[in-house]
Amino acid sequence: MGGFPILSAMLGVPLVAAIACLFLSDNGARWTALVATLVNLALGILLWLNYDIGGAQWQFVESEDLFAGFKYALGIDGIALMLIVLSVFLMPICILASWESITKRVGEYMAAFLFMELLMIGVFAAQDLFLFYIFFEAGLIPMYLIIGIWGGDNRIYASYKFFLYTLLGSVLMLIAMLWMVHQSGTTDIPTLMQYDFPAGAQTWLWLAFFASFAVKMPMWPVHTWLPDAHVQAPTAGSVILAGVLLKMGGYGFIRFSLPMFPEASAQFLWLILGLSMAAVVITSLIALVQHDMKKLIAYSSVAHMAIVTAGLFAFNQQGLEGAMVMMLSHGLVSGALFLCVGVIYDRLHTREIDRYGGLSINMPQYAIFFLLFTMASIGLPGTSGFVAEFLSLMGVYEVSSVATFVLTTGIILGAAYMLYLYRRVAFGEQKNADAAAMPDLNLREWIMLGPIAAAVLWMGVYPESFLAPMRKDIAALDARLARAEPAGDAKLEAKPPREHNANYIEPSGDHGEGHESEGEH
Amino acid sequence: MHPILAIVFLPLLAAIVGGLTNKAAPAVFTKSITTGALFISCALSWPIFLGFVAGTVEPQVVPVLQWVQSGTLSFDWALRVDTLTAVMLVVITTVSALVHLYSWGYMEEDPDQPRFFAYLSLFTFAMLMLVTADNLVQMFFGWEGVGLASYLLIGFWFRKPSANAAAIKAFVVNRVGDLGFMLGIFGTFLVFGTVSIPEILEAAPVMSGSAITFMGMRLNTMDILCILLFIGAMGKSAQLGLHTWLPDAMEGPTPVSALIHAATMVTAGVFMVCRLSPMFETAPVALGLVTFIGAATCIFAATVGTTQWDIKRVIAYSTCSQLGYMFFAAGVGAYGVAMFHLFTHAFFKALLFLGAGSVIHSMHHEQDMRYYGGLRKKIPLTFWAMMMGTLAITGVGVVALHIGFAGFHSKDAILEVAFARGTETGQFAFWMGTFAALLTSFYSWRLMFLTFWGKPRWIESEHIQHTVHKTPAQAGEDTTGGYHPHESPVSMLIPLGVLSLGAIAAGFVFNRAFVDSAEFWGSSIFYNEPLIHALHNAPVLVKYAATIVMVLGFVIAWFAYIKDTSIPGKFVAQFRSLHAFLYNKWYFDELYNLVFVKPAFWIGRQFWQKGDVGIIDRFGPNGAAWVVERGVGVAKRVQSGYLTSYALIMLLGLVAAITWILM
Repeated sequence: MGGFPILSAMLGVPLVAAIACLFLSDNGARWTALVATLVNLALGILLWLNYDIGGAQWQFVESEDLFAGFKYALGIDGIALMLIVLSVFLMPICILASWESITKRVGEYMAAFLFMELLMIGVFAAQDLFLFYIFFEAGLIPMYLIIGIWGGDNRIYASYKFFLYTLLGSVLMLIAMLWMVHQSGTTDIPTLMQYDFPAGAQTWLWLAFFASFAVKMPMWPVHTWLPDAHVQAPTAGSVILAGVLLKMGGYGFIRFSLPMFPEASAQFLWLILGLSMAAVVITSLIALVQHDMKKLIAYSSVAHMAIVTAGLFAFNQQGLEGAMVMMLSHGLVSGALFLCVGVIYDRLHTREIDRYGGLSINMPQYAIFFLLFTMASIGLPGTSGFVAEFLSLMGVYEVSSVATFVLTTGIILGAAYMLYLYRRVAFGEQKNADAAAMPDLNLREWIMLGPIAAAVLWMGVYPESFLAPMRKDIAALDARLARAEPAGDAKLEAKPPREHNANYIEPSGDHGEGHESEGEH
Repeated sequence: MHPILAIVFLPLLAAIVGGLTNKAAPAVFTKSITTGALFISCALSWPIFLGFVAGTVEPQVVPVLQWVQSGTLSFDWALRVDTLTAVMLVVITTVSALVHLYSWGYMEEDPDQPRFFAYLSLFTFAMLMLVTADNLVQMFFGWEGVGLASYLLIGFWFRKPSANAAAIKAFVVNRVGDLGFMLGIFGTFLVFGTVSIPEILEAAPVMSGSAITFMGMRLNTMDILCILLFIGAMGKSAQLGLHTWLPDAMEGPTPVSALIHAATMVTAGVFMVCRLSPMFETAPVALGLVTFIGAATCIFAATVGTTQWDIKRVIAYSTCSQLGYMFFAAGVGAYGVAMFHLFTHAFFKALLFLGAGSVIHSMHHEQDMRYYGGLRKKIPLTFWAMMMGTLAITGVGVVALHIGFAGFHSKDAILEVAFARGTETGQFAFWMGTFAALLTSFYSWRLMFLTFWGKPRWIESEHIQHTVHKTPAQAGEDTTGGYHPHESPVSMLIPLGVLSLGAIAAGFVFNRAFVDSAEFWGSSIFYNEPLIHALHNAPVLVKYAATIVMVLGFVIAWFAYIKDTSIPGKFVAQFRSLHAFLYNKWYFDELYNLVFVKPAFWIGRQFWQKGDVGIIDRFGPNGAAWVVERGVGVAKRVQSGYLTSYALIMLLGLVAAITWILM
């Protein structure tokens, strides 16, 4: 790519467009936002194509000294690459999703979204600790505004709750970061990832970061902001929230907690596994009894994110890769599910499940998309959800069979609540005349859902495209974690094999008295 | 290009094209391409199978695409063709092709035909992926794929609440089994470092003595792995405990019941145990469990089958019971015999279901046998097809000459081998199997007599009343209500004819290959030669046992439903609680509802209202907001403006700070 600062360009395009949007007419803002996000998507694809798999760990590096040791340093590895690609992929779809449903303050809305995109890319590309912190925390602001201004009836409560929760963790994280810089003398993230902090200090550093990431993830029991935020957020807000913002927690774990504090990570292994197990069972059961579609999907997100945290802390390659695929898959699938809700919300203006029914009669195309994403959420093989779930749980199994058993019950509960939702929305009689009169997908909605569907199937059938760029980075992380790797609970112990196969019987008389069997010795 | 690629992927292609076209093209388009694809697949499958019978074809694995590579774990999309696969190939493609053809007639008036045919082909693809899997994960892909298709087809008439409930139940209950299957795969990878089936089978014997901890229990490695995998098989094959979804699955259209819930998908569990037979042979405890569960299911389902009135439910319980036979045959080590019964059962059970569909079709969608009667003369071709099916399932044949209908060969072999195995579980299975054979004969003939013999009782049926616009009172003496059942169209009769041939001859023709030929099976299953010798040396009485009980069952049914039709009523009056117990399927559904379904919803509500809202929110964010409010109040009071109080606080602070430092 020569010297073209592609990452800076990806930050600059939305910034310029965001400012422009503030001064443009409604339609001008829409088109500007769409073009800008499409340009960024093109840049993202360019980034992916030019990423040298198996090359240097950090690529597209840019570094500029600013003041007082504070650096503007960007660069990505495979993990960051995939998350950036996910972000830029979802952005144009979000703009399209808001095309007709947002009618007030369109310019400001688009600006907030574009600013959001800048911050998301920034989080994944930052190589300087404080630069990361700024992007990470500033991400709150546009989302806070999106919920608080363009949200539903109870938006103020939801946005405050969102803010209060996330703020709690950030303060602790900042203190920890200051200490780390003081101790190591650098703000460079790649250097810090190799730095060995004293084991004692790791414990509280880990906890400080954990406070922030656990809320972002969100892990049980600090998840209660998510259902409210989702319910109140406009459709596109939910897509970005579920699709990308939740991934920042997982990214934080994989970029900071695990490589920087491996000993502490092992020490808190059971905290993570315990909370993950609790989350899967509890939030899945809660999802079963929801009447609000968005709340149901929000709770299912918590359960899926619990698979991510468990996979990350499995301390092996399957777990880590599974967790990463789960983040990508969940970003696509839950985003798509929120879009599916948005499609019918735009028509009927209610999220109440019981107001729908029999939609596969009047909206057959919609029903097919909704079914596909439902199945991907359940983790049907052939969709991205399966690869994600399977690899993560496979990884966790090497640590603990008990944890895996509890986490895997999620596949039963997940099927129950998603199919129950699908049945009430798409199957049955058409109970309500207004729901029965809703038209099927229009072209704009096809353009939103089609690419996600393709990506979900692609990731399910040939996940290699997504695993390959991350493989080396995850292997490096795995190697760094090896020293703290917990012993599995399997304790396989070889003993002499059994003499005969299970259904061995003495060969009958006409074969003589021979003791040879065809069984194995 | 290997023909297996066409066999497997043509149905997928047809499903995609036909499904996406849906109503954009005339229904005949989707119907033609899906049916055409299946007949091509079928035509390509038989040469492969016959090649294995003749011994002219070698096992082969056809790679397709890399799937997942993560650390040391890797698995690909690949199609394995060996004897075991070839058997399944002909079963699947033949029954599927015939069911596609049959559906032309059966679904004639349905407005959603393209969707139906696309689902059928999708199912066939998934089933073919399952049986051609070379690794456990692809098998799981097929496993879940058929689960999806089954869900969609059970719920095909999605306006009906009962169909929707049955579809969800099928999926979720199967997922309980899948939990076991997935844990089994995880464990297998942990132990062997691979999910490739041939590699696992090769390495399994070495680990047969090893120990492992699973959920805190110290167990034999192979036993726990096989038990976990078998739990998956129990779900898919509707074995006792996880069987509750199968009878409800009859909500789907009848061709679906024939294809998915009789001939193919439900046998996937048996296929899995046979495919992994060298692995299961290293796990005696697991095999004991397989035998026990199989025997228990076979008797359980047979008892329930004797009391049901819905013609499809009788056959569904019969399927459940026959699957039990296959499992205990596998459990005692006779995998070839289990596969033999799977093979013959596919033909005669598909025949019985399609025959029942033909009856239902002619009786205007009435499924209750109480409202049938005297149909023998009205729909003779259907009658004869059902007759062949009944003769096959009850196992009619002449022991001395070794000639008989399909079920005669395979069921007799199962009972003999269970006895010959000589263990206590084997004995248990033999006796349960023999008693179930008696019941099988009874309920099969009960079905035949109620449907085809006796006087017409049609006017009692609401469906018929709607058709002829009469109430029973208006019809008076004429219990037909003036209704004229008509024979089904040719597209439905051809499959019945072809399957009848299978029900007559499949046992006789392939007996030697399936039971006696180690060469036929090659390395595709574990073939236990001495056990087969023991089978042939079983005592004479054992060989006649199945025939004796078959005749006995027929005689009882004849007395109760032809000779003196008041007997069943008297019996029920006499043994009311026993009948209620059987009629209500041993109260499994009620139990599960009470223990699992209702508590799940209740606990969910508690976690939500009491946990999230009542505790976390109350003491978390809302609590924080409350503290801030109160804090503001305190701060207001503290800022009193009096210098003395500020000075006092400063002094206290100073003292505290100094104390802190000095300590």
